[in-house]
This record gives sequence, structure tokens and C-alpha cells, in this order.
Amino acid sequence: MSEQPLFKVTIDNITIEVPAGTTILNAARKIGGDVAPPAMCYYSKLQGSGGKCRTCLVEVSKGSEKDPRPMPKLVASCRTTVMDGMEVKNITSPKVLDARAGVVEFLLLNHPLDCPVCDQAGECHLQDLSYEHGKEGTRYEFQRRTFKKHNIGPYIQLHMTRCILCYRCVFVADQLTAKREHGILDRGDHSEIATMIEKSLESDFIGNVIDVCPVGALTDKTFRFKNRVWFLKPMDAHRDCPTCSGKVTLWNRGDEVFRVTARKDEWGEVENTEDGKPAWICNTCRFEKKQTSDWVIEGPRMISRQSVISQGHYAGNIGMHKPNETFSAVHGGRQPKLMMDIHTASEVNKPNIELSLINGPAHSTDFNSKKD
Amino acid sequence: MGVKLLLEKAHVEGIRSYEVYRREGGYRSVEKAIKTMGPEAIVEEVKKSGLRGRGGAGFPAGMKWSFIAKPEGVPRHLVCNADESEPGTFKDRYLMEFIPHLLIEGLIVSSFALGSNNTYIYIRGEYAWIVDILEQAIGEAKANGFLGKNILGSGFDCEIHVQRGAGAYICGEETALIESLEGKRGNPRIKPPFPAIQGVWQRPTVVNNVETLAAVVPIINMGGEEYAKIGVGKSTGTKLMSACGNINKPGVYEIDMTISVEEFIYSDEYCGGIANGKRLKACIPGGSSVPILPANLLLKTAKGETRYMNYESLSDGGFATGSMMGSGGFIVLDEDQCVVKNTYTFARFYRHESCGQCSPCREGTGWMEKLLYRLEKGQGKSSDIDLLWDIQRKIEGNTICPLGDAAAWPVAAAIRHFRDEFEWHVTHAAEAQTRNFGLAHYADPIHVPTTV
Ligand SMILES: Cc1cc2nc3c(=O)[nH]c(=O)nc-3n(C[C@H](O)[C@H](O)[C@H](O)COP(=O)(O)O)c2cc1C
Ligand code: SF4
Ligand code: SF4
Ligand code: FES
Repeated sequence: MSEQPLFKVTIDNITIEVPAGTTILNAARKIGGDVAPPAMCYYSKLQGSGGKCRTCLVEVSKGSEKDPRPMPKLVASCRTTVMDGMEVKNITSPKVLDARAGVVEFLLLNHPLDCPVCDQAGECHLQDLSYEHGKEGTRYEFQRRTFKKHNIGPYIQLHMTRCILCYRCVFVADQLTAKREHGILDRGDHSEIATMIEKSLESDFIGNVIDVCPVGALTDKTFRFKNRVWFLKPMDAHRDCPTCSGKVTLWNRGDEVFRVTARKDEWGEVENTEDGKPAWICNTCRFEKKQTSDWVIEGPRMISRQSVISQGHYAGNIGMHKPNETFSAVHGGRQPKLMMDIHTASEVNKPNIELSLINGPAHSTDFNSKKD
Repeated sequence: MGVKLLLEKAHVEGIRSYEVYRREGGYRSVEKAIKTMGPEAIVEEVKKSGLRGRGGAGFPAGMKWSFIAKPEGVPRHLVCNADESEPGTFKDRYLMEFIPHLLIEGLIVSSFALGSNNTYIYIRGEYAWIVDILEQAIGEAKANGFLGKNILGSGFDCEIHVQRGAGAYICGEETALIESLEGKRGNPRIKPPFPAIQGVWQRPTVVNNVETLAAVVPIINMGGEEYAKIGVGKSTGTKLMSACGNINKPGVYEIDMTISVEEFIYSDEYCGGIANGKRLKACIPGGSSVPILPANLLLKTAKGETRYMNYESLSDGGFATGSMMGSGGFIVLDEDQCVVKNTYTFARFYRHESCGQCSPCREGTGWMEKLLYRLEKGQGKSSDIDLLWDIQRKIEGNTICPLGDAAAWPVAAAIRHFRDEFEWHVTHAAEAQTRNFGLAHYADPIHVPTTV
């Protein structure tokens, strides 16, 4: 138990208790699902991150029990701590949805949309954000901005046009390496990630910028154009590494290791090791150990069912995961009804027709219509 | 002649030197404050004076001072914001250039009140020559015992350091200024924590504008209550206005906030009327960030009352029909000026000066600039006007610092009040390249705008 007092906070009408000092975003993540605002710049393992992208804006409709006044403006949930009795609206606030749509549009304004040739495709947070909150078209009718190309060395590929200036890679370099060698030059819409003088980034832990980058601005050069992430089979593996925890995810095809990344949790952040510290991995593990024999394989990595990566059906039986809780346990002892056989219970389907066996596409006649 | 408290002696021959300044009564407030008042009494006096911050937001100075945290053993700092980069605003420059000792005097009293042993003047990089003027004044004050160790035998030590910026408007925003002062990239911080709790080097800090700190001198000399009698309502004391644009006498004027806008523009004591016998079309009364007003709404409020040169009256009607005192940069546009072009110029400025941290400001300012450029060049579409409105709406209130708002407001106000001029640039694209829209109905007796 923590020493902190517990605060009650209500987000989208769901109330939970969290220790004082928790941000609204982390409280919402505890609730999970749609209640958790999207976060493009916040990264819980990087100090000082957040506040910049503005995708996580929420409405505070009640400040706290003591001071119930609503906050005048939308606030960045990643940088606002909860108060006792606070009420927050995320997806239940039209103002939030409107502002978020604006932010998504702004983030995509100058984005090259080169997903077809981008190694990040399939695990890109900007792609996810656009699918969930974006519009189909753009209202921007001008040339998208471009940058002079910088070569930052043999390991990391920089595509500045894709960068959303979340500053995560800057925090990584500040907090994980002895000396930061890259940063943000210039300002405004002409600011860019670069080294002051053309320089390669080679510090031991700098490879982690690839894992924290939410988009394809920083990608693994040793993996460049080699494969699509959804064709690969992620496997948890480890090795005895003198520099880092050595706990990684291998991205294989057959027995060939295509790339090595840190292990990421459901928010796309590096997982903690048993000691509670983030399992950042070193450059050697990431870039040099590309033989299966370098690693002890632990087993397939669980990937969110929603992710395109899980469409690869990479491991014969990984989908057959025995749930920890049974339906009745989750539903307070109530036995499942409808879900047992959705096909026969459905009022839409005709149970006598097996849709997967009919010849060609299903037609309206294959379903029950209102008339009969 | 209105009361002058700051610039009264600005043109006394040799006032830049310590001897003349002292002979004219300078540094009396330091003596009074240190010998006869304590820090609390000074803060109390400033509270009573009703002095509001002159940097733009108009926050009561005394109240800001009383917020400063006082943890045991942690140094506190006063920082003077001399970054003055708002288009149209040049009053601090005038004050520092002509009567530098007034600022130094105000800084000493304020430092004593706040317990700041190391006080900083963060000055706009382009004001290079003023750095020398200030440093000379600081040296003279020190040589005469008003700075340094044990000032006037009080046991209070104080040094003033002048730090030059590197030419970024955003470093005028107080937390960006603090970052820059610490030697970092001038990105505004995410608040809270506020500077009063964690400012420079995480220490409690007060940031005030040059003019605010200079005004502390007359407040101490005459007493807060007397000071509060000058002016009207919550607009106490005198205010420096930097007037520019199509007027006969551009320059810096000290006003006592009881005069009407009309008097300020047309009287010979101040702007001296519109230049070349032209007619007044529009005005941005408080620096580029505040909403532009057409002539009719500038001189009279929407209720038909006379508009005065003070905080309350200038903002009467809210953003729908009013504007703001802002930083006192009074920009006058005559009938030959194009509001679309003016709005484009401002948008270009904000795009260039955005720090780029947050997406709405970084991307939105560039987008607005491009649309305004296209409209101004007669290549726009009428849907561009609605699009601009939507963009500014999505920037405003959703950013880290007020620069986003400052970029949005001028666009919003221009469309709100001058929509027909924007539309004319679309419907009469070719003609718009050859002549100006002109005065149109913008000076007609109260026309209540239709757009929200
Ligand atoms: C983009 C931006 C630029 C600013 N520039 C200045 C400036 O040049 N000078 C100034 O005094 N205040 C400036 N301000 C206001 C400061 O943040 C701060 O409010 C002010 O220095 C406080 O002083 P005051 O209370 O004496 O007005 C700026 C604010 C913003 C958002
Ligand atoms: S390169 Fe990636 S991690 Fe770095 S600022 Fe850009 S988007 Fe963020
Ligand atoms: S509003 Fe603009 S200037 Fe202010 S922090 Fe955001 S990007 Fe920077
Ligand atoms: S995640 Fe909160 S502002 Fe980016």
C-alpha cells in the first residue's frame, strides 16, 4: 500500500480511487478502454514528457469536492493531477471530441502519409489515432513541409517529415545516455530533430529512441525495408547482457531474427522488469544480436487483438489463451446466455444456413428480414 | 496635461546619469522603503495601489507578489521582463533608454520586498545598446551604495544582472523566459507549477514587466492610496502607450487612463490625429495580440458609450465588440490600409515565433498564414474564410501558452468585424490587387457585427 491518500475521481461517469498525485490520464488508463485518452507525447517512463501534443485534452467539469468549479479550459490529462472528487469528461464531452479532432487534423497536416513505405506502419500511434479520430480527407491545400535529410549514423534512420515533435527521443537521450547529442533545432513549424553538426548517434542506449518514437520518424536502420511488422512473429526472449536487462522481443520470420525491440505494454511503452525499472535495451542487444542462437526464447509475445500485427496468426496456438476469469465470475455469478451460440440465438441469421458454406457472398435472402 | 509619473523627468538633460537622476529626486523610494518600511509594508502598498501588470495580462502586481513561496533556505528571484517583442509595443525600450535609473530604482525596491538577492533583467536581444545603458546605471547605483552588499546599512544584499535574449518573441512568455535565462531552449513550461512556486532554477520567482516595476517607484514615493486615486476603477496609475501607424505623432505617451480613445488619437498632446488628413478605419489598441476594432467600435462601445483608454473600457463588450489594453501597443490604421494584409502580417509573425511545442499552435499558425496569404493575393476561396475561423477556434484555449491565443485572436477579430473586406478579396480578386477596400462602413455610427 502506498502512503498517499486515495482520491476519488470520476471519468466519463466511471468512478475510481487513485493515489493522490496520479494524473487524470493514468487514472483513465486504470479504467481502460475508450475512457483512456489517446496520448502521443506522454510517456510514463520519461520524466518531463507530455503536455505537448494536446491529443489527451479532457474537460474537467468539476475541479474537486472542495472547489467544485469547472476548469475554464480543456486540460492536458497527462499533466494534470486528479483532485479528490474531481469529475472529468473525455469521450462524453463534445468539446473534447471537437478539440481532439482539431489536434488530429493538425498532426496530420504536414504528415507525408507515406505509410506504404514506412517501417512504422502497423505499429504507428499516429495511424491508430487517425483511424479512431481522424477524418477521411484533408482541408490542407498547400505543400507539405520537407526538410534537408540528416544522416544520424548506421543504426537509426531519421525521417523528419514524419516527426510530430513529441520530444520523447530528446528525453531518452537526456535520461538514458551520458550526453545528449541530438535535439530540436529552430522553432515553430520549421523546428526539426537533428544533431547540431552532422553526427551519428551511437551512445549505448540511444537505440531506445526507436521504441519511444510514436511515428516512423526514428526507425531501425538494420531493419529498414526488410519486412512488414505484421508478417513477423514477435517472441519474448532474453540473453545474459552485461549492459542491459537483456529482456527483449524478437521479431522473427521462421528462424530468422529481423529486428529486436524492447517489450512493450498495452500503451506502447517499454515494460518494467521485476525490479520495477523500465526494461530499456542496449544497442548491442538491439542491433547486433540477430541470430536465434544469441537468445533464449521464452515464447510468443501477446499482441493486442485489435492490432494488425495479431492478424498474422503467427503462432499456432497463441490465440487459444485460457481466460483467467470465467464469464460468470466477471458477471457476478450470472451465467452466459446469448453468447453461447450467437448463430442460433441471433434473430438476424437463419440458423439453418451456415454462412461460411454458401456459395459466393451472402445476400439479404440468407438472413431473416423483418417481414418474415 | 495628464499626470506623469514615469516619464516626467525622462527628458531632463543628462537624466541617464546617476548625478542628475539623484538630483531630480531619484532613489528616494529606496531610502524610504529600506529605512522606514519592511518588505511586507511594501507589498501592502503595492496591493493598495491597485497596480496591474503592464506586460499584457494585467494581473494585479501586489497579488502576484503575495503568492511567492517562501520556503526556508531557498533563494528567491525577481526577474524583469524586458523582452518586449510584441509588434506595436515599444514603451519599455523608451523607458529603459531615456530613464534607466527609474527601472533600476524600482528593481531595488521590488527585490527588497520580495527578498531577491539576485535579480535579473531579461532583455530582448535586439536591444543591444540598451544593455550598455542599463549596465552603466547598475554600476553607478552600486558605486553609490544602492546595490551590492548591505544596501544603506540594512543588511540586504542585491545584485542586478542583465541577460540578453537571442531574438525570440516567445522568450517574453514568462516561463519560456525562465527556461532561456537558465540557458535552455526557450520553450514555455507546462503549468502548474507556476513561477511563484518553481521558477528560475526551481526557485520561487516573480516575473514582472519593465513598466510594472518602474511604477513601484512612484507608488512608494506617494503611497499606494494616492497612486490609486489616479486613473479610474481598476485601472489605477498611469500607463505608457506606444502609438504607431497612420498618426501624425507616433511615439510613447504616458496617459492617466481617464482620457477617451478619441482624445488619445486626435488631441495634439498625444497622437495628433490621423496623418495626411485621412480617416480612421481601424485600430489594434494593445499590441498585435489583441483584437482589432473598426473605427466605430473603437471610439464608442456597442452600447454607444464613449470608450476610454483603460483596462475595463477597452475590453467592454468582450471579444464580440471589445478589445484589450494588452501591452499598450496602439496601432492605428487609416482608410488606405488593408485589414486582410494586416492580418496576414500578424499571422506570419506568429507562425515564425511559435516555439513549436504544441501541435495546434505549431501547425495552425502556419496554416492560417498560408490561407491569409492566398486571400490577400486574390487567390483565395470564400470557404477559406470559414476555414480560418475554424482553425483559430481550434487553436484558441488548447495550447500550452497564450501565444496560441495571441495568434488566434487577431484572425478571429478581423473576420468578425471585417468579413466583407475578406469576402471582397475573393469576389473582386483582381480589383483587390489594384486598390484597397477603403473605409467602407467601418466608421459608420455603431454597426453591430453579425458574425459571432
Ligand atoms: C508570447 C508571449 C510574449 C510575451 N512577451 C512579453 C514581453 O515581451 N514583455 C512582457 O513584459 N511580458 C510579456 N508577456 C507576458 C508575460 O508572460 C508575463 O505575463 C509578464 O511578464 C508579467 O508581467 P506583469 O505582471 O508585470 O505584466 C508575454 C506573454 C506571451 C504569452
Ligand atoms: S523523432 Fe519521434 S520521438 Fe523524436 S520528437 Fe519526433 S516523433 Fe517524437
Ligand atoms: S502555444 Fe505556441 S508558443 Fe506556446 S508553447 Fe505552444 S507551440 Fe509554443
Ligand atoms: S499526451 Fe498529453 S499532451 Fe500529449
